[in-house]
Amino acid sequence: MSQPLLDVRDLRVTFDTEGGTVHAVNGVSYALNEGETLGVVGESGSGKSVHVLAMLGLIPRPPGRIAGGQVLFRGRDLLALPERELRRVRGGEIGFVFQDPMSSLNPGMTVAAQIVEPLRIHLGLDRRAARARARELLDLVRIPNAAGRLDQYPHEFSGGQRQRVMIAIGLACRPKLLIADEATTALDVTVQAEIIALVQELKRELGMAIIWITHDLGVVAGISDTVQVMYAGRILERGPVDDIFRDPRNAYTLGLLRSLPDLSGGRAGRRRLQQIDGSPPDMRRPPAGDPFAPRNAYATARCRAEMPPLVQAEGAAPGHLVAAWYDLPARLAEERAR
Amino acid sequence: MMRSVPYPVVSVRNLSKAYPLRTWWGGKGDVFRAVHDVSFDIAPGETLGLVGESGSGKSTIGRAVTMLNPPTSGTVAFEGTDLATLSPRALRRARSRIQTVFQDPYAALNPRMSVGAYVAEAFRLHRPDMGAAERRAAVAHLFERVGLDPAFMGRFPHQFSGGQRQRICIARAIALKPSFIVADEPIAALDVSIQAQVVNLLQDLQADLGLSYLFISHDLRMVRYLCQRVAVLWRGRIVELAESDRLYEDPRHPYTRRLLAAVPLPDPEAERARLSARARDDLADGLPGDLVEVAPGHWVADP
Repeated sequence: MSQPLLDVRDLRVTFDTEGGTVHAVNGVSYALNEGETLGVVGESGSGKSVHVLAMLGLIPRPPGRIAGGQVLFRGRDLLALPERELRRVRGGEIGFVFQDPMSSLNPGMTVAAQIVEPLRIHLGLDRRAARARARELLDLVRIPNAAGRLDQYPHEFSGGQRQRVMIAIGLACRPKLLIADEATTALDVTVQAEIIALVQELKRELGMAIIWITHDLGVVAGISDTVQVMYAGRILERGPVDDIFRDPRNAYTLGLLRSLPDLSGGRAGRRRLQQIDGSPPDMRRPPAGDPFAPRNAYATARCRAEMPPLVQAEGAAPGHLVAAWYDLPARLAEERAR
Repeated sequence: MMRSVPYPVVSVRNLSKAYPLRTWWGGKGDVFRAVHDVSFDIAPGETLGLVGESGSGKSTIGRAVTMLNPPTSGTVAFEGTDLATLSPRALRRARSRIQTVFQDPYAALNPRMSVGAYVAEAFRLHRPDMGAAERRAAVAHLFERVGLDPAFMGRFPHQFSGGQRQRICIARAIALKPSFIVADEPIAALDVSIQAQVVNLLQDLQADLGLSYLFISHDLRMVRYLCQRVAVLWRGRIVELAESDRLYEDPRHPYTRRLLAAVPLPDPEAERARLSARARDDLADGLPGDLVEVAPGHWVADP
């Protein structure tokens, strides 16, 4: 197999706070191939956002600290790159789009200036060519009357349009990898649908890989090749999207899938939502064992004492990895038999 | 119109809310119609869902029916009485029976007030007859009711998680035994694993206390699950109102169809099929017309 596009190895990130050290990312390892779409799900505090910010050198240090690991992008360790070289990768070969377009865009610069800047820095285009390309990009993300709107400021765009502008900036330099962190969460569902269709189209055109971070299992189901479930700064499960949804092996993944409203049948027969009781752990004092064990009805004594390794799930599709000491399918079969 | 229930708890008729638009020199301009001519009833124990995109007027309606931001025209009758005709004192009394739960529990809480004192405030304002010990016992009982340990009453909002804060807000909302609660995006800011907890709590409280809800949400799957009937709002008007399964299975207005077609499905095969089948819709520009009953209880706006 050829070298992966991105190879994350045992990444660890901490934040020093008054209340103690927060262990935000605790040994995350995975590889992403060219053209692959990875959907990352998890709740706040799962490390799903922090781990990508850390890769891009975007966490404030201090209080943040890369406590260990490597992030190899096309063979080069991003964590070891000097800031000046990292800046060339960021916004160039790696494009990114975050949730809140208003705080990511500079309110005092026209949209044209904000798209032109990376084009001139990363692609070395002259002013004219960069401006022409900026227009093309706004067309690409379906901003009506792109030419007329280049010299407007972010506040003159609607929320959905600002997010499209962010996507235009993320895609400006034809990245090999696009990282989107809750990029459509704040948008209306019809606007989200348009943006996802657009990203899918661009992916086919540009052949880029995508890391799409979201809590929306519906979005993940549609666009991912691979799904990665994170909790308390660790990967608890990861694998091909169909296998993860059909045959989850970690109780947290199962809990997330089951907490969605089941809409089959009429209203009268609908069952109560299956909730996951409790709250995520305090990451200033991460539990010694499986971090989900306190909320997991299937947890064993070993789960509470020792963190399980992330390994191939027995009988599952190749590449379907799980961190669990318990055998979830066996436990579910027992439940059904009872 | 829409008198599908004999004795509604809340009856909204021809509600409109307009905001004057100022021109840049401060002169009088046009008005912006945030909500225009909206009518609906909510039956005792019923949950009516209100869906629509940002700017459609959902929250404006929520604030108008609670008189937090009274309508420009139209009436809101609560348990048979037009709220606009009440004296300030009577309105205050009626308001104690109409409560709101908001999206952001942290913004609703006072950071310098212990959460127990925050819940007790409802009693201090509306039940001056209550003694301190009685109040304390009542608050402890409310904490238990919403699944919080009463031992946490002395703590402050920042010591709680988002889901726990929403439980605190719900405890305060039910303190005065309301019959109607406006839930304005109550789970939007919560993690997926916590959303189900709060929805289950809302349902339990409804069953125990006979509450009616106006459930405002952009989570269309949760709305279908939770609500008996759903109203779809577009450009400040209701374009469709029906029993929820009926609305989702047989949407008639082009906007409803567009909205429902955009909802991602948490099933890889189905969702990929949905993404590749995306088609353009036939939604006309301009303002939606009046509602027409196309089937019993199923109202659709004239396109």
